[in-house]
Amino acid sequence: MTMPGRFSVARAMLRAASPLLGALLCLAQGQINPDNVKLTLAPVQGKVYVLMGDGGNITVQVGPDGVMLVDTGFAPLAPKAMAEIRKISDGPIRWIVNTHVHNDHTGGNAEMAKLGLTHESIGPPRIVAQSNVLNRMTAPPAGNQPKIPEAAWPNDEYFLPTKDFFFNGEAVVVYHVPAAHTDGDSLVFFRRSDVLSTGDVFTPGTYPILDLARGGSVQGEIDALNKIIDITVPAKYQEGGTLVIPGHGRLCDEADVVEYRNMLTVVRDRFRDMIHKGMTLEQIKAAKPTLDYDTQYGSTTGFWTTDMFVEAVYKSLSGKK
Amino acid sequence: MHHLPRCRTAHGLLLAALVSLPAFAQVDFTGEWSPLYHEDGPERLPGPELGDYTELPINAAARMAGDTYDADRISVVPEYQCRPHGGDYSMRGLGNLRIWRDIDQNSEKLIAFHTHLLAWDSERTVWMDGRPHPPDYAPHTWQGFSTGVWDGNMLTITTTHFKTNYMRRNGIPRSDKAVLTEHWTRHGDYLTVVTVIEDPVYLTEPLVRSDNWYLDPGQNIGIFGCEYAPEVPRPEGTVPNHLVGQNPFLHEFANWYGLPYEATRGGAETMYPEYRKKIANEYHPPDHCERYCKCTSLFDCNVTSK
Repeated sequence: MTMPGRFSVARAMLRAASPLLGALLCLAQGQINPDNVKLTLAPVQGKVYVLMGDGGNITVQVGPDGVMLVDTGFAPLAPKAMAEIRKISDGPIRWIVNTHVHNDHTGGNAEMAKLGLTHESIGPPRIVAQSNVLNRMTAPPAGNQPKIPEAAWPNDEYFLPTKDFFFNGEAVVVYHVPAAHTDGDSLVFFRRSDVLSTGDVFTPGTYPILDLARGGSVQGEIDALNKIIDITVPAKYQEGGTLVIPGHGRLCDEADVVEYRNMLTVVRDRFRDMIHKGMTLEQIKAAKPTLDYDTQYGSTTGFWTTDMFVEAVYKSLSGKK
Repeated sequence: MHHLPRCRTAHGLLLAALVSLPAFAQVDFTGEWSPLYHEDGPERLPGPELGDYTELPINAAARMAGDTYDADRISVVPEYQCRPHGGDYSMRGLGNLRIWRDIDQNSEKLIAFHTHLLAWDSERTVWMDGRPHPPDYAPHTWQGFSTGVWDGNMLTITTTHFKTNYMRRNGIPRSDKAVLTEHWTRHGDYLTVVTVIEDPVYLTEPLVRSDNWYLDPGQNIGIFGCEYAPEVPRPEGTVPNHLVGQNPFLHEFANWYGLPYEATRGGAETMYPEYRKKIANEYHPPDHCERYCKCTSLFDCNVTSK
């Protein structure tokens, strides 16, 4: 199932992934008319909420210390997103964590940082991200693609496997999962609220978007999903417990991630077997190795088709460009 | 002369009472019920045969999922060990059923029915107060979210927000986009439940099934309990599956029952009486029954007839 705003979101991501189409990135953001976008702020559990709409999901944690965000959505939506956040907190935004580099998750960094300042602020928020996110955002833009403003850059990057801090009465643990959706993916765990925000490592409505150009890979993606399953603890009979906020799509828990992990693991096993037998990409496509999952996760149109997923899996596992 | 107004008043009160008590004007399913297994006994009691997709209007995606499913997944994937039946399957499974209801004491209106099944202590609430289903972004659950309406004396229940689970326990999946419609009818001490599953991901037409229960008060439904425990050494993240075309068990069912293989593959075209004529020359039933010859309860449903 594709969310209403997903087409434009991922189209922008795809364009961003290709230097030749990089010039269209700003156009994609510019095409978003905030008046036509509905944002929904929903409680998750504990101190955590989620803001859903056009763009990636934004995780919002509020409390006496202020506001923390995981991802910031598209830049044009920042005022509207901030208006929703102000319904539950008038505190300053003190922390932002970017789960990865794509602009449907980082596009609102600068604007949200500015809008989140209050008289209680002691400066702009810390913007945390894995160091590869900073490297990519600060790299000279390709082609006519505009430079990402410095105010949007992560200012608190990390390069070790984890980073943690304490905010609003709970531990927040950020885990780097290497070479998954990209090479800079982070999972963000709110330990007392028992909520995990995954970014686009987990997008339950579509096949995983493997951004090979930015260091993503099939095995890294599977490892990341297994890491999510390691962190989450279900309540009675594999339901509830730790809640999972995906990069896009509905609220989930461990059991939903297990189904997704199973799908990708089975797909990997099939591709490995076919590649081992010497089958070409065309032969593999003709064999329809994802047929049983296509009606659940696939698409023949839009930004991330089943064909594109199949090609990405093949390239990732075969090492062929 | 003084009696007439009082009599009218009494009639009026009685009428008002009857009109304002919808909870008691409808069928009450409250009680403890035991399942009857005269329908689909082998599938429901010991479990379905591998490769038996008969009576399921599945599409090619569901068929491939069944063909590549490895039942080791239930034990090797720890998260599957305590996975309960979905709400669309739980009433077909093993175990007794308790039903009770909530009535608002101020209005005497029926708020909800609740069900509790032995298997995995599964509990479900059927909301009768007209509340809407949750939004799309809400979490999904094994039992889903149910609302009910009366259609005469029949209770019609609509359930959405399921988690992905199985339609048949041999790998045929049911997606999280499925919608379940149930029709509950009580005939004295018997309860008939007709279920209709619509699943745009795995079905080409609705799957209609039924099951029956008899009133069996005084049950002591125990606690099911389940704690997952990895018992098979394996690399983390192992998901047992058969590679496409390499499942050695798919022909067993057809061979045991003398059915043409195509007839076991499911699909709407194989579900209706006309299909019998199509396979008449290819159906060669065994000389005598060898599997599940009597299967009406857990105690007489043996693989062999001995």
